[in-house]
Amino acid sequence: MSGVGYVAVGAQVVVVVGGAPVLGGWMRQVRARLEGRAGAGVGQPWRDVRKLLRKEAVTPVGTGPAFRLAPLLLVATTAVVAALMPLASTRTPVSGSADLILVVALLALGTVALALAGLDTGTAFGGMGASREMTIAALVEPTILLAVFAVSIPVGSTNLAAIIAGTIHHPARPASPAGLLAVAALAVAVLAEAGRIPVDNPATHLELTMVHEAMVLEYAGPDLALVELGSQMRLAVLLGLLGSLAAPWGTATGGSLPLLGLALVLLVVKTALLGTLLAAAEVFWAKVRLFKVPELLAGSFLLALLAVVASYFLTGEAVR
Amino acid sequence: MPAATRTVHDVGTGELPRRAQELLAAGHRLALVAAHHDGEGAPGGRALRVVYLFLAGPPDTRTELHVRLDADRPRVPSLAGLSFPAGRFEREMHDLHGVEPLDHPLPRRLVRHFHWPRGWYPLRPDAGPPPPFGEPEGPYPFLQVEGDGVYEIPVGPVHAGLIEPGHFRFSVVGETIIKLKARLWFVHKGVERLFQGRDTDAGLRLAERVSGDTAVGHALAYCLAVEEATGTEVPEPARQARALLLEMERVHNHVADLGALCNDVGHSVLNAHAQRIREQLLRLNQQTTGHRLLRGGVHPGGAALLALPSPATVQALRADIREVAHLALGHSTVRDRFTGTARLSTRAARDLGCLGYVARASGVAADARLAHPFHEAAAPKTVPVRTTGDVLARFLVRAEEIDLSLDLIDDLAAALGAPGTYAVPLAEVRRPASGTGVAEGWRGTVATRVETAADGTLTRVKPVDPSFFNWPALPVALRSTIVPDFPLANKSFNLSYAGNDL
Repeated sequence: MSGVGYVAVGAQVVVVVGGAPVLGGWMRQVRARLEGRAGAGVGQPWRDVRKLLRKEAVTPVGTGPAFRLAPLLLVATTAVVAALMPLASTRTPVSGSADLILVVALLALGTVALALAGLDTGTAFGGMGASREMTIAALVEPTILLAVFAVSIPVGSTNLAAIIAGTIHHPARPASPAGLLAVAALAVAVLAEAGRIPVDNPATHLELTMVHEAMVLEYAGPDLALVELGSQMRLAVLLGLLGSLAAPWGTATGGSLPLLGLALVLLVVKTALLGTLLAAAEVFWAKVRLFKVPELLAGSFLLALLAVVASYFLTGEAVR
Repeated sequence: MPAATRTVHDVGTGELPRRAQELLAAGHRLALVAAHHDGEGAPGGRALRVVYLFLAGPPDTRTELHVRLDADRPRVPSLAGLSFPAGRFEREMHDLHGVEPLDHPLPRRLVRHFHWPRGWYPLRPDAGPPPPFGEPEGPYPFLQVEGDGVYEIPVGPVHAGLIEPGHFRFSVVGETIIKLKARLWFVHKGVERLFQGRDTDAGLRLAERVSGDTAVGHALAYCLAVEEATGTEVPEPARQARALLLEMERVHNHVADLGALCNDVGHSVLNAHAQRIREQLLRLNQQTTGHRLLRGGVHPGGAALLALPSPATVQALRADIREVAHLALGHSTVRDRFTGTARLSTRAARDLGCLGYVARASGVAADARLAHPFHEAAAPKTVPVRTTGDVLARFLVRAEEIDLSLDLIDDLAAALGAPGTYAVPLAEVRRPASGTGVAEGWRGTVATRVETAADGTLTRVKPVDPSFFNWPALPVALRSTIVPDFPLANKSFNLSYAGNDL
C-alpha cells in the first residue's frame, strides 16, 4: 500500500465531485442537440451550483434535523462511495472495504435521508415524492444486490476490487451470459435509482408527476445546491460502477502513477460514453405510467435472478 | 347566406322554468346568461333584466328569454335542475350582480374571491372601484373526503411553469384520485365591465384579449354580435377571410398542444418539433395579419389580410404535422400513456354541456361551424368524433382537425385569390340594439352577446368562452385516474383560465 493508493482515492473523489455536474451538463447538452435545441452548455450545472451557493439558506418553518442533514448526508455518502469504489484503481488503502453490499447500503442511506427530509417538510408533495421514491427504491435495491451477487459468484467475493481485478484477469467474464444479464439488470436499476426516463423525468416542472424532484421541492439556496450536486454525483458513481463492472479494462491494478493517470482518463471517457448513450436513448423514450414502473423493475429483477442462475450453471468452473 | 334567426321572448319569472324546459327538450342548449341593469329610461323601466340565450342548429336557431326582476331585490327561479350550465351561470350571476337564484341545489360561490367584501357585487352600476379586501362572506371550506388513507394534495393557485392561476384540491388514496375540486377565478379582471362605454372598435381590442390564444374566436363572435346589432351585411370575401383566420388559429393551437402532450409523457423530442412547427405557423400568422396571434385580422364590418398562405406552405406544414402525430401514436409508451387516461363518458359530456374537442372526443358532435355558420365554405368536410373520451381520443380528434383545417385554409385561400381589406362601414342604428355572435373557436363554441346604446357605444358585452362549460368536466374525467397522470389529462383538456375568469 503505497502513497499512490492514497492519491488514487483522492483523485477518484475529486473527479466524481468535480466531474458529476459536468457529466450532467454534458448529458443535457447531448439531449438538447439531438432534439434540435441549442442547449445551455456543459457548464450550466456548475453555474447553477455557484448561483445557489451564493443565496441565503432558507428552511421551511417546522422542519427539523432530518431536513437540514439530508443534503449533507446525501453528498457525504456518495463521496464515501466514490472513495471506496475501485473506479480508477483496485489497490487503494480502502479497497479492502469496497464491499458491494456496503456500497449499495451507502447509496440507499442517501435515498432514505432525502425521503425522510421530504416527509419532514410536512407538505403533500414531500410526502408524495418520498412515498414514490421509497416504492421504487424497495424494488431497485434487491435487483442491485442480486445483480451484484451474480457477478460476485465467479470471484467468490463481494469485494468490488476483487471482482474487477478478477475480471481484468479473465477478460471473457463480462461476455458470459451471467455477466451480460447482470449488467443489463444493473443498467435498468441504475436508471431507476438515478431517476432517469422512463422511470422519472428530471427535466419536468410538473409537481404532480415528479418522484425525486417532489421530495426536494422545499430546498433552496446552498441546500438545494448540495441536493443537486448529490444527485449528479450519484448518477456519476452509478454509471462508473456500471462501466467498471461491464468494461473494467484500464483500471489500475498496480501502484504506478502513470497507469493511475491513464485509468482516470479512461474512467472519464467510459462514464461520458455511458452518459451519452443514456442521454441519446432518453430522446427516444417516454416516461412510463407510474404503475408500470414496478413491472419494469420486476423485469430487471428477473434478469438479475437469471444472471445468478446462469453463473451457477454455466460458469461453474470459474469458481474452482 | 341567410341571417341567423333570433327570436326574443319576454317572459315572467313564473313562466321561465317551463319555457326553458320546452327549449331544452326541443334540442336547444343554454349558451349564455347575462344580467343587465336597466335604468329608468329603458323601455321596460328600471329593472334587472336577465337574458337567457338558447342555441340550436342546424338550422341556426337562436332564442332569447328575457326576464325582468326587481332591481332592488333581484330573485330568479333556478334552472339548475334543468341544465347544469344554467346552475353555474346563476352562481356567476349571483356573485357578480347579486341576483339570488331561488331553490338552487348548490348555492355556493363561484366567481367570488374569498376576500371580496360582503355585499359587494362588482357588476352592479353602484359598485364603484374595487374596494380593499374586507370581511369575507362566510367560510368557504372544501368538501373533505374521509376514510382510511385518504389525504389531500393542494396545488396552486400559483403553479410551477408559466401557466395561469387555479387551485386544485385532490383527495387521494395512494395514487388514485377520489375527488378533485378546481377553484378558479383568481384572474377575474372585470372584462365585462371594461367593455361598458367603449365604442365598437375599442371593444374589439378587448375582445381579442379575452383569452390570448383565442384572439380570432372571441373577436369574430364579438364582431358578429356587433354586426347583428347594427344590421350590417359583411361582404362575401370578408367572411372567407374570417373563416381562414379562424382555421389558422385552430391549427397553431392544436399543434402546440400535440407537442405539449408528448412533452408531458417525457417524450420531449416530439415537443421540440411541434414547437418548431408552431413557430413557423406563428410567423405565417405574422405575415398574414401582422400579429403572431392573429390580432387585427377580424374587425367590425370586415376583415383584413396582408398575405395569404401559399398551397406549398400549407402542404409542407401538413406533412410535418402528420409526421409528428404519426410518431407520437406509433410510440408504444406514449400511446399507452394516452390510452384510457382520464375518460369522460358521452353522457357526462352531454349533461355538463361540454363543447369543442372535449365534447367531440366523447362522442358529442357539436361544432358551431355547422350549427351556426357565418359562411357556407367555413364548415369542415367532416367533424371528427371519437367515443372513448380519453386523452388518446382528444389527441386524435385534434390531429384530425388540423388536417381538415389545413384543407379549409387551402380552399379559402384559393377562393380569396389575393390578400386585401374587405370591409363595409357599420350601419348606423341610432337606437339601442342587441346582437349575438357565435363562432367555433379552436377550444369550442364562443358565444358573445352585445347591447349598444343609441350613440353606438357598448352598454353590455357578455363573452362566454367554451372553457366555462368544459372546466367542470375535468374533475369528472379525473375520477379514479392516478395523480401523476393529472398534468397529462389537464393538458389534453387545455382549458383557458383567462377566458373562464373574465
